[in-house]
Amino acid sequence: MKRFPSSRVALTALLLVATGLPAMANELRIGLQDDPDVLDPDQSRTFAGRIVYTAVCDKLVDLSPDVEIIPQLATDWEYSDDATSLVLNLRDDVVFHDGTPFNAEAVIYNINRSLTLPESRRKSELASVDTVTATGPYQVTIALKSPDASLLAQFADRAGMMVSPAAAEEAGADLGNNLVCSGPFTFVERIQQDRIVVEKFADYWNADAIKIDRVVYLPIPDSTVRLANLQSGELDLASRLAPTDIPAIRADADLTEHVVTGLGYGALYMNVANGPRSETPIGQDKRVRQAFSKAIDRAALSQIIYEGTASPGNQAFPPNSPWYNKNFPVEERDVEGAKALLAEAGIDRLEVQLQHPNTPIMSQMMQVVQAMVAEAGFDVRLQALEFATQLAEQSAGNYEVSRTNWSGRADPDGSIHQFVTCEGGINDTGYCNEEVDNLLNAARTLGNPAKRKELYDQATAILIDELPVIYLVHESYITAHDAGVTGFVPYPDGMIRLENVTDAD
Amino acid sequence: MSVAAEGLAPRARSRAWGKFRRSPAALVGLAIVGFFGLLALAAPLLPIADPLATSWTAIRQAPSAAHWLGTDELGRDILSRMVWGARASLAAGVVSVAIALATGVPIGLLAGYFGGFTDMAISRFTDALLAMPFLITAIALAAFLGPSLMNAMIAIGLSAMPIFIRLTRGQVMAVKKEDYIEGARAIGLGHVAIMTRYVLPNIVPPLIVQATLTVATSIIAEASLSFLGLGQQAPAPSWGSMLNVAKNFLSQAPWMALWPGLAIFFVVMGFNILGDGLRDALDPREH
Amino acid sequence: MLRFVLKRILIALPTLLIVSILVFGLQKLLPGDPVLALAGEERDPETLARLRELYRLNDPIWMQYLHWLGDVLKGDLGMSLRTNQPVLVLIAEKLPVTLQLATMSMIFAMVIGIPAGILAATRKNSWIDWICNVVALSGLSIPNFWLGIMLILLVSVNLGWLPASGYESFFVDPVRSLQTMLMPSFVLGTALAATLMRHTRSAMLGVLSSDYIRTARAKGLPGRVVVLGHAFRNAVLPVITLSALLFGELIGGAVLTEQIFTIPGFGKLTVDAVFNRDYAVVQGIVLCIAAGFLVMNLIADILYAVFNPRLRTEL
Repeated sequence: MKRFPSSRVALTALLLVATGLPAMANELRIGLQDDPDVLDPDQSRTFAGRIVYTAVCDKLVDLSPDVEIIPQLATDWEYSDDATSLVLNLRDDVVFHDGTPFNAEAVIYNINRSLTLPESRRKSELASVDTVTATGPYQVTIALKSPDASLLAQFADRAGMMVSPAAAEEAGADLGNNLVCSGPFTFVERIQQDRIVVEKFADYWNADAIKIDRVVYLPIPDSTVRLANLQSGELDLASRLAPTDIPAIRADADLTEHVVTGLGYGALYMNVANGPRSETPIGQDKRVRQAFSKAIDRAALSQIIYEGTASPGNQAFPPNSPWYNKNFPVEERDVEGAKALLAEAGIDRLEVQLQHPNTPIMSQMMQVVQAMVAEAGFDVRLQALEFATQLAEQSAGNYEVSRTNWSGRADPDGSIHQFVTCEGGINDTGYCNEEVDNLLNAARTLGNPAKRKELYDQATAILIDELPVIYLVHESYITAHDAGVTGFVPYPDGMIRLENVTDAD
Repeated sequence: MSVAAEGLAPRARSRAWGKFRRSPAALVGLAIVGFFGLLALAAPLLPIADPLATSWTAIRQAPSAAHWLGTDELGRDILSRMVWGARASLAAGVVSVAIALATGVPIGLLAGYFGGFTDMAISRFTDALLAMPFLITAIALAAFLGPSLMNAMIAIGLSAMPIFIRLTRGQVMAVKKEDYIEGARAIGLGHVAIMTRYVLPNIVPPLIVQATLTVATSIIAEASLSFLGLGQQAPAPSWGSMLNVAKNFLSQAPWMALWPGLAIFFVVMGFNILGDGLRDALDPREH
Repeated sequence: MLRFVLKRILIALPTLLIVSILVFGLQKLLPGDPVLALAGEERDPETLARLRELYRLNDPIWMQYLHWLGDVLKGDLGMSLRTNQPVLVLIAEKLPVTLQLATMSMIFAMVIGIPAGILAATRKNSWIDWICNVVALSGLSIPNFWLGIMLILLVSVNLGWLPASGYESFFVDPVRSLQTMLMPSFVLGTALAATLMRHTRSAMLGVLSSDYIRTARAKGLPGRVVVLGHAFRNAVLPVITLSALLFGELIGGAVLTEQIFTIPGFGKLTVDAVFNRDYAVVQGIVLCIAAGFLVMNLIADILYAVFNPRLRTEL
């Protein structure tokens, strides 16, 4: 490379001269894994998009690092005794980026937009909402069709993000081209697959907590390249690094890592009743599924694949979650027990077809599982599929066992109800058990967490016996930043909240 | 006249072999290709570890006396995976080209031999295929067929087909004007007989050269598809899929990316040198 | 001349039509449901149905194709399923990126490849010739993506000289733009440089052994004048023609390089679109690449015909 200007100093000097010393001082450059889709909270569906909204759009409520619901635009709230209505009191000192004031009317506009915009993807999240009325200039009352305890958690995500009614009215479905919210940063520009730039909003209600002038989000899909950019100073902070990057992060004295167990899970979906491919011993006999599960060493999986960053798991919620059923801790691997169960089911060796996404990490993980269950008597045939194909096959029931990730939700309902209830929207296993349906439907309606937990515990006990889903691990969000960044706090939802984050370089 | 046409070939062949033999570069190419070919064939006989044997306690170990080239993400011996991977990579090159030849040559023959509307239709079709980006076509085909080594080979073969259509067509058009073809036609031979007995043998040399060079590009194409997860599937090794995994461990285990990359480099270079040597040896202009 | 160009353009049109049919057909063969892939974790049946309707996915394939073709003739390449943006806007955004990458790679290849070819030809069978040949063969044989990741590892991670990835428009920040493009264009340029070097060498050898060069030498003209003034001027034509052809291929050939260096150009957009089943995007871009390829072919042919009038009638 000698024929190029090869010293970093010379290049930096040239860069400074060429750009006339821009305001680099307080610019935070964040590496994302994906390019977000359309930047309209009502239409969007990507994880990366939610990270950007965290800076641009405030929500009615927010999450604490312990996944508790805390005030944001709503200062406090109360369910009626029968949980059929919810009253929210709002901040009175908030304006949108375009100067439109935030008040009860704005909330009504936003919830109606989520419910009625043809392009809206929030409709099912707010399905329980009947009417929204202003019961004061800064108070709204939401009447519910049926009791819904998960609604507040929905308001802590995109369904609770408030866009400027004036801007939304004008742009309609094209709001994503120039998003106007009330968050700490205003949208500046976006170049597809390249960058999204936001700038500090001077009139933000909590402006004192914002110590950065400008944030640039850069989608860099390859985690190794994302890390390389962090190390070379191109990025200040890189989100969603791979577990395999951990040794490199630790070896670099300039980098700080944050590992936090996410809300989601990595699991094996067992086709128990989704079409003819479910008519296999592993689909029809729970003992065979139990044997499969027993033969897997989850702790070893976490070590080998995730450098120990993932929590071994056996339920829809990670072991550190308040919703985890502690009566069923993650079992140790038990090959003899697995063999015994198989023998009980009258099987010596069983061939099982397992499909998984064709990424190296998934492939590696499934090869380890293949080797583990082989000792108990399963001959696993692995089939790597491209993402879009796997999704279609899984939803059509064209599989025996399928490896899937779920990103998780703040409310327990979001991680379990739609997957295992008979009519669940993402029930790809075909599992249907009236008792589980009753428990999970009832749990939705209870405002009291302790009583709710009791119902989830009962459902978990059934699911862990019948195993339509074999949960394996709960992955962590791994974030790293350079020494210039301080004040970063990791959250189990993987979002990057910028309050009190500073950047010295 | 048939005597003249068929009688020429052996003399030309021995002359070509003579030239080839005296070219040190061509022999180096042949040696490299031969080395990897032997390695691939002898894989089951060599005293190396099982390429699929995993060891959780020996994950991503640097090269050592026990594992000359180190171990991979599941503790498998990289040396034996390299040897077994040679099979996949060489097969990918050779089979892809065989598919490209088997499809491209007959179509090119038809176009060049019959001319007219057939030629026009085939040529437009070939133009269209050539205008589509090679790798994107291969990616779409491989995604359609499903990720596997065989499907990757089919995808690469079909993507490389237009080159052979065009080459064959051009050669046939040139040969068609020769006297012996006219003669064969005069004695009443059918089209198929003329094509297979008189046209085909005379266009073989440029096809051999192109095939050799296309093996080289096909090996790289297979590696590229495997790099995107669309080629050889785990746990079976191919150099491309080894690279695909290795890119996740670049900073911790750079050797995982080094060996397969070097192997692809050398074997592709071997085929390129061999192709050059064959071109020089078979080029009629220098007779 | 005009007639020749017109004729070539007339031939190119059906070719583009066939390309569009092939790409359309190929994409419809792909397994997987674009709307399901788009929905990801949020599979709301109502939204899925609305999107299917909006993108006419319920129509028979030939109807979908005819709709698409009709829109193209009206100058509308459709909308991206994934980002809701018109495909034309996406192309307008990405084309400059890919063109810059292709141009830089080409410049790089010409600066290295052509002088090396001349040098190798004038010193035929010397050690210089031998080294040039080995280097050129290496350039042809090294897998692009491997060279790319090795360079990132060495130059960006270990030495910290250049950014590992990213892109900046040349008009916004030229220095940074060149910095980010340096490695990718080097990676792409190596194979091109090798091809150009080999062709320059053989073209030069052909000319150098011709009678009039021998005459020029016999007249006592200095070696440099003979090589650059006479021989190269005659050898340059096939090299320029080849460069035009290679440039046409480059626009579609940067797929993996763009993927590795995260350059937001055509290649990356297309691969992502294939994997996400974003039909309109794949369709629009492949058509655009094919058109570019055909234009470069045409330019090559015109160059050839201009310098070689005998060919005009044959073509």
